[in-house]
Amino acid sequence: MHEIVTTGFLFPNEVHVHWSLMIVLYPYITGLVAGAFIVSSLYHVFGKNELKPIARFSLVGAFAFLLFACTPLLFHLGHPERAFNIMFTPKFTSAMSGFGYIYSFYLILVFMEIWFVFRPEIVKRAQESTGILKVVYWVLALGSLDVSEEALKVDHKFIAVLAAIGIPSACVLHGYVGFLFGSLKSNPWWSTPLMPVIFLLSAIVSGIAILIICYWIIMKFKKQPVDNDCLHSMYKFLWGFFIIDLTLESLEVLTLLYEAHEEWHIISRMLTEKLWFSYGFLQMGVCSIVPLVVLGFVALKKMDVKLRNNLGLICSALILIQVLAMRWNVVIGGQLFSKSLRGLTSYVPTVLGREGLLVALVLFAMPFLVMYVFNLLLPIFDDKPAEQEQS
Amino acid sequence: MNQDRRTFLKKSSLTLAGSGLYIALFPMISGASAKQQLYAYIVDTEKCIGCGKCAAACKKENKVPDGYYRTWVERYSIMKDGEVIVDSPKGAVDGFKPVKMEKGKIEKSFFVPKLCNHCASPNCVQVCPVGATYVTKEGFVLVDEKHCVGCSYCVQACPYGARYVDHFGSGVADKCTWCYHRVTKGLQPACVNICPSDARLFGRIDDPKSSVHSILKEKRLQILKPETGNNPMVFYVGLDKEVR
Repeated sequence: MHEIVTTGFLFPNEVHVHWSLMIVLYPYITGLVAGAFIVSSLYHVFGKNELKPIARFSLVGAFAFLLFACTPLLFHLGHPERAFNIMFTPKFTSAMSGFGYIYSFYLILVFMEIWFVFRPEIVKRAQESTGILKVVYWVLALGSLDVSEEALKVDHKFIAVLAAIGIPSACVLHGYVGFLFGSLKSNPWWSTPLMPVIFLLSAIVSGIAILIICYWIIMKFKKQPVDNDCLHSMYKFLWGFFIIDLTLESLEVLTLLYEAHEEWHIISRMLTEKLWFSYGFLQMGVCSIVPLVVLGFVALKKMDVKLRNNLGLICSALILIQVLAMRWNVVIGGQLFSKSLRGLTSYVPTVLGREGLLVALVLFAMPFLVMYVFNLLLPIFDDKPAEQEQS
Repeated sequence: MNQDRRTFLKKSSLTLAGSGLYIALFPMISGASAKQQLYAYIVDTEKCIGCGKCAAACKKENKVPDGYYRTWVERYSIMKDGEVIVDSPKGAVDGFKPVKMEKGKIEKSFFVPKLCNHCASPNCVQVCPVGATYVTKEGFVLVDEKHCVGCSYCVQACPYGARYVDHFGSGVADKCTWCYHRVTKGLQPACVNICPSDARLFGRIDDPKSSVHSILKEKRLQILKPETGNNPMVFYVGLDKEVR
């Protein structure tokens, strides 16, 4: 068990960090949902056809992450068996009370969109398979086996509408998570109107980054060439959103520094003494500067496709770490300094235990397992070889 | 003409509906609570001797788990060079040991008892997602331990560090209740009852016989962190600028 190291004075109840690793994981997974969904919408709503190869996968990815977005909260709650109180007896003065509704709405929406997108595939399998599988697919198709051109046209209309509703919903879902922190006036590290916007932007970049990495790995695994136009477009989006994200993250701290209210004294100590690695080195250092510069070249310069993809992959991985570090710095950082503004505490997650590293890893792995099972039932990618690699 | 009237009616009814919705939603999310405050708590920092009996009595009375505190006492030692040292070992349950320091280094020293402020506009009540933290009709801020989900949002929202969730025990939010169970029986809170120097006083605001009533009328008082807008109902006499 990690021994808590405190310096200066803390109110006696502040020695323990109340929001643990699980609360770091929760906005991280939610962010991946929002980001992945927005990529799928870029194709379905904004007609970015070059993203077609990844459109279905991004939707399934969003769904898989969404299924597990709440689980870290359940591991954190003092009384998880009362979790549904939040929906049965909500108190609407609380920002948190809307979570159950926003989450459920979004889950249903993504589920419906996936159903429409995969319906032709489901129907095909319902007609082709035999035995128990036939029943499974028939149930999945909800008994509707009509895939005539007219029916598909209606399907596409629904997909477009659902995706269009999905964009503001994805923004609400994650902007809302940021609002949970940004609206807490008791904590100067959290309380800023920038917080929801920062959460949203970092959500989008993390979603794009994880899709790039997953897509690349899956294609390698399937021994199929990647679609370079699709990846190139993703790098451009990633770079663009990351610039805005990083600008806002920097502005937030610059404002604190420049205004130098009395709390800046302890916040600056927290950043330099407690978060020097996760903030200074990861969030604002290597994982920001390298992607910012390199992605610029990757997005704009003509270069060898292999090199471009390798650089793009490295940058995506760095950005995934950057966003995780950002979640850590917000959630844990906000609890490392005392509200007396006179002292600092420490937090190191345990390996075992309800809110430990092992549980976090298992929870984070679950969406990938869901994607795998989904792919067994309904192939996410077409099996025909994609465009050949070209420079 | 007809068309104009129709447009006018359409627009005005939309405006009306919009403002109606806004007016209906505003109090819902602003969390303003305008209940009458019947009680107040006075802390006279000039009288506190730092014996810590209040913190110990509270622990015993309310069976507060180890490592957490419903009330505590802080000791401020202000040096001649301006340095401020604050401590509250174990919430001062066992009192304080003398400060070991070279003679003449300390400018002044004093004690500040702390507890839940039972605010008139409590942020903890505003943020509780399930309504487990609530204000009683007398103005006490309490937690329904059978309904609390243990999300710790209220702990984060309290600017005074007055709340905690014992994750290895009850798993619900807890804090000072101003000894509601005693007050409703006509008794004083345990900390007030045991204080040997009358540094802690509690009573009805509207009771002319209560010392709280006269102090509120006569003394110049301060509250903690007024900028948060929580409107605490714990008032301090002789609060130093160093206290947060």
